[in-house]
Amino acid sequence: MSLTPTSQPIMPRLKRDTLISLLKKGNRIDGRAPEDYRPITIQLNPIPKAEGSALVKIGDTMVMTGVKTEIGEPFRDRPFEGVLQVHAEYVPLASPSFEPGPPDENAIEAARVIDRCLREPKAIKLDELVIIPGRKVWVIFNDIYLIDHDGNVVDAGALATMAALNTTKLPKIIGIEGDNVVIDRGVRETPLPLSLNVVTVTLAKIGGYIIVDPNLDEELIADARLTIGFDSLGRIVGLQKMGMSGFTRSELDYAIDLAFKKAKELHELLEKVLKNPETASKPIV
Amino acid sequence: MEKPVLIREDGLRHDGRRPDELRPIRMEVGILKNADGSALVQFGKTKVIAAVYGPREIHPKHLTLPDRALIRCRYHMAPFSTSERKSPAPSRREIELSKVIREALEATIFTEYFPRTTIDVFIEVLQADGGTRTAGLTAASLAVVDAGIPMKDLVAAVAVGKVDGVLVLDIDEIEDEFGEADMPVAMMPSLDRIVLLQLNGVLTREEFRNALELAKKGIMEIYRLQKESLTKKYLMYPEE
Amino acid sequence: MPKIYVANRQIVRPGDLLAEGDDVKGGDYTYRIGNKIYASVLGLANVDDGVVSVIPLEGMNMPKEGDVVIGLVTSVGITNWIVDIRGPYKAVLNANEALESFNPITDDLRKYLDVGDYIIAKIIVFDRTRNPLLTIKGKGLGKITEGKVIDVKPSRVPRIIGKKKAMLNILIEQTKCTIIVGQNGRIWIRCPNEELEDILVRAIRKIEAEAHIPGLTERVKRFIEEEKRRLGIA
Repeated sequence: MSLTPTSQPIMPRLKRDTLISLLKKGNRIDGRAPEDYRPITIQLNPIPKAEGSALVKIGDTMVMTGVKTEIGEPFRDRPFEGVLQVHAEYVPLASPSFEPGPPDENAIEAARVIDRCLREPKAIKLDELVIIPGRKVWVIFNDIYLIDHDGNVVDAGALATMAALNTTKLPKIIGIEGDNVVIDRGVRETPLPLSLNVVTVTLAKIGGYIIVDPNLDEELIADARLTIGFDSLGRIVGLQKMGMSGFTRSELDYAIDLAFKKAKELHELLEKVLKNPETASKPIV
Repeated sequence: MEKPVLIREDGLRHDGRRPDELRPIRMEVGILKNADGSALVQFGKTKVIAAVYGPREIHPKHLTLPDRALIRCRYHMAPFSTSERKSPAPSRREIELSKVIREALEATIFTEYFPRTTIDVFIEVLQADGGTRTAGLTAASLAVVDAGIPMKDLVAAVAVGKVDGVLVLDIDEIEDEFGEADMPVAMMPSLDRIVLLQLNGVLTREEFRNALELAKKGIMEIYRLQKESLTKKYLMYPEE
Repeated sequence: MPKIYVANRQIVRPGDLLAEGDDVKGGDYTYRIGNKIYASVLGLANVDDGVVSVIPLEGMNMPKEGDVVIGLVTSVGITNWIVDIRGPYKAVLNANEALESFNPITDDLRKYLDVGDYIIAKIIVFDRTRNPLLTIKGKGLGKITEGKVIDVKPSRVPRIIGKKKAMLNILIEQTKCTIIVGQNGRIWIRCPNEELEDILVRAIRKIEAEAHIPGLTERVKRFIEEEKRRLGIA
């Protein structure tokens, strides 16, 4: 059951009024322009024990994605494909309003949106993850962990996920006896086969204004948000409107084109970091 | 199952429809005795029923909001609604869809008229053949009107898809499974606001714009049918 | 020059554009965006002297101070009763609005009103910040001990009463029943015999079903006359 949120942090009226009057002048409360992202850092392989991992900070929002790989059975209706599982957890330490318990609808939504953005354009070549056709395949567990919540978890989660998948190397298969596949987690050779990268761009609508990368305060007063996934070929690979209000068609038009522009920047950033991981430790805008 | 031919040589879809054609739609309002508002909606073989209870006070009181009604929404599929039995336990998909449907209704209902109450919206998918969330939201919006709860506009929804490269309106299960894109859209048509928008698939920006146009076309027709179904019972003069 | 797009008593639905212009006012169950006025419920348009409003065909009435309502006691506390009045909010009847004197230590409220009792009450306080408060002190108010209570759609209450009580008077005259209509869609009736009670209930159901069709008062009058004739009663 989905319930109107009742336990969000209180937005003081004064702060809300300030935010809106700033927007009228084209400014945001942290000094950004409406189309600016906060500073982004991408750290690769912070968790060497996992087969792949990345830590992304967008402003103060911190998300870590860890990738674990296992041998498992394929889905019955897709016997010649590996399996991708994307999950997200908004752990209680990330925000004063999070309670311990099963993933809430926001975490589930974020995970499913990112999953769809990866799955639809076939970012991971699942057909190259088959070991014994119809019986044993690689199962890719992609777990997105929100560690500090300051808004726009989806973009941070998607970026962390894409970076982590890029660093993922599959354990060596040392033997196959019948149905039994033996792996050595200590030896990782094969990079996870990827065909392209995917990023998401999230915008928020406040009054008549559209801003990119809402922080938590902006999210709390936003009328609605829109997340758009773009692959490296510039195609839309996912859409999700969130929030309790609506968009006009002209707002959507504007949002899509703006997101397309920002997606290109995010793709460039990702590629730069993947090529040169040292650049990650310095904040990059 | 092997991929069937989705667009035939004559340009029609696998079920004979034109790309811009809706399935046969049936709507009936006020079908349940207990609910404050209810509606049954069918898009082809997809059959959903929606019920609204409220506004009403629920306990515990501390869960309510002092300045508006809460909306509680549950989208759920009956175990017998799909080809393979679906477990009654809520799936992650049902949790996500309950959220996006609730958010669409939040955009239209005047919740500020009923502080400290809850409006319950329950959607049950009785038979699933594609477009269940859009049929569910279409039915839920009718049920809210039937309950007499003030709202800005009806919400009309439809899913647009891309199959074999062609954009099509109101996709069914086969087109959803074997097609390249599935885009559910919901609008408040009089106010020209899009209150639900998702994409599962790949579209270029150009295709997206065309898909949205196609969705709008379908939505206007669905909106017309919703309005008709609401006035239907009041336009029939009973014979004495 | 205001533009009004609906006729009086036309059926309208949420989102229907009723009128446009700066000099038109939107009344009940409408809302305004810019200079456009829209309906917010399913109902009958009401155009009256520059004000466009909607009379709902469905839904619960919002309680109003001064309303006479028929409530059902649902729980008994130490110093008050909780009463269901069929709206979004449960109503509260404090002991001092029902009894002359009351001692919470020695008196048990259940002796006076228990769960399942109907009362005719008046709403004395209702603002949106708390639940409606009732009183049964007053003429014609109190516990219901005989007769029958029927539920009707609250939106039909104005039609059952009629303009200047025209419809209600016909019902009373023709059936010789005592009738109290609660604003919350509950009606208490007490009739001389079962046949007249049956005719009255069916007449009320007829009003419920045909409330939006003009000429109802005449039709109801004829209906009752025919039924009485059919059953051979005066």
